[in-house]
Amino acid sequence: MRRTLFGFALVASLTVALLFLILPVVAIFTNTDPGSLLDSLGRESSREALWLSLRTTLAALAVIVVVGTPAAYLLATREFRGKALVTTAIELPLVLPPAVAGIGLLAAFGPKGIFGSALEGAGIELVLQTAGVIVALIFVAAPFYLRQAQAAFAAVDPSLLAAARTLGASEARAFARVAIPCAGPGISAGIALSWGRALGEFGATLMFAGSFQGITQTAPLAIFATFSTDFPAALALSAVLVAFSGALLLSVKLLASVPLLGGAQA
Amino acid sequence: MAIAVAGCGSSSDDSSGSGGQVIVSAASSLEPAFTAYADEAGIDAKQSFAGSDDLAAQIRQGVRPDVYAAADVSLPAGLHADGLVAKPVPFATNTLVVGVSPGSAISSLGDLAAPGTKIAIGDVGVPAGDYAREVIARLPAAESAAILGNVRSKEPDVSGIAGKITQGAVDAGFVYITDVRASGGALEAVPIPPRLQPQVTYGVAVVNDGPDPAGAKAFIAGLLHGDGAGALRAAGFGPPPG
Repeated sequence: MRRTLFGFALVASLTVALLFLILPVVAIFTNTDPGSLLDSLGRESSREALWLSLRTTLAALAVIVVVGTPAAYLLATREFRGKALVTTAIELPLVLPPAVAGIGLLAAFGPKGIFGSALEGAGIELVLQTAGVIVALIFVAAPFYLRQAQAAFAAVDPSLLAAARTLGASEARAFARVAIPCAGPGISAGIALSWGRALGEFGATLMFAGSFQGITQTAPLAIFATFSTDFPAALALSAVLVAFSGALLLSVKLLASVPLLGGAQA
Repeated sequence: MAIAVAGCGSSSDDSSGSGGQVIVSAASSLEPAFTAYADEAGIDAKQSFAGSDDLAAQIRQGVRPDVYAAADVSLPAGLHADGLVAKPVPFATNTLVVGVSPGSAISSLGDLAAPGTKIAIGDVGVPAGDYAREVIARLPAAESAAILGNVRSKEPDVSGIAGKITQGAVDAGFVYITDVRASGGALEAVPIPPRLQPQVTYGVAVVNDGPDPAGAKAFIAGLLHGDGAGALRAAGFGPPPG
């Protein structure tokens, strides 16, 4: 880059952005010594919270992938009236405040919600249950997957699918054997992003599912609950989430550089 | 008893009328009363409401509001012992109740021990939760264990508990009588017998090194004798003990 004033301004703004964004994250690791971080991770409440977070996010991901993959394929390969509206509706949870998501889930699936009595009749209990956490996670995390998977399917060369069809493959077979493998890296990136969002979910979970150790208190809720009484434990849990989310994000970057997605061929 | 003492507080220190904004960190249960106080007295206050323990933790982490008002006296006393706030003063009392939805079958504290009853309670360290545990601990061991076993959510503040009850997520929760009053009929109170009732006293303190100490003092003076005291009584808070 030539040493112009403009070039200098660009570097300066990147430096400011980087420092500002990285500082709170670094502070989590430097605020207490590593020994006490590890110590507080040994606490039962911390371990239960992490274990619950792992289980609920994986369950949510399973539902998101199974339902979301064909849905994303449809959006990527078909044109229909009102498609823009459908896409907007699907993406809306991305920009909703968590409290709004929580209220919405209560209004729909809470005991006094639209489907409250139907769920009760079917013997399904969501509020204050682990299943409710999973529902909240699906609601906030699914759009990340749907968007990413739709983009990945849209980037698959249509002539490949056409070739599979002329060779006698049914559309379902072409979807399973051609589209999914070709879109694989993009789909994986969607899974990672969606997983990261689910791991960080806080507000909707608290409002819809409450907070109870081992049942509904995921890692972010445990961080909030221990923050006033046990700051080191809250820091330790935060450190785990930072490390894990960082790894997820890095995997997204690496997947994006895998060819076939039409990414970095240079 | 609860007569608002008018005009005792040297009619609001006009020294604080420098146009400064008073920053107040207050317990969730104080929200209706404090909001009404600021409105009535025309105080330019920036108030944030959360669990008293979370607000105390923020102050320990270096947040400097002008006023810290907690739902107990021990949290501000702890901050005072660490040199973070001036000596706290008690400014109101409250009454712990069992909050239920209108028409609930729960009519006594003992009903909470029935199998299948769903209860929300403040988390450990949250005053409303600690008071509730105090009450439960005074019950016979079996009843106490049954009630604690029915707890389904430990909420970070009292508004979370009230929300869980009004939404039907739980059958009952330990809240303050002032929360029931503020709910506009969405909550009903099942009283806790006087012999089990904890002493719920609210403490307030000027935060050391806050931006507007004069404004903080005037705000607190109004809570003790003035518009603030009036708003507190109107919301159902009792006068400070002694």
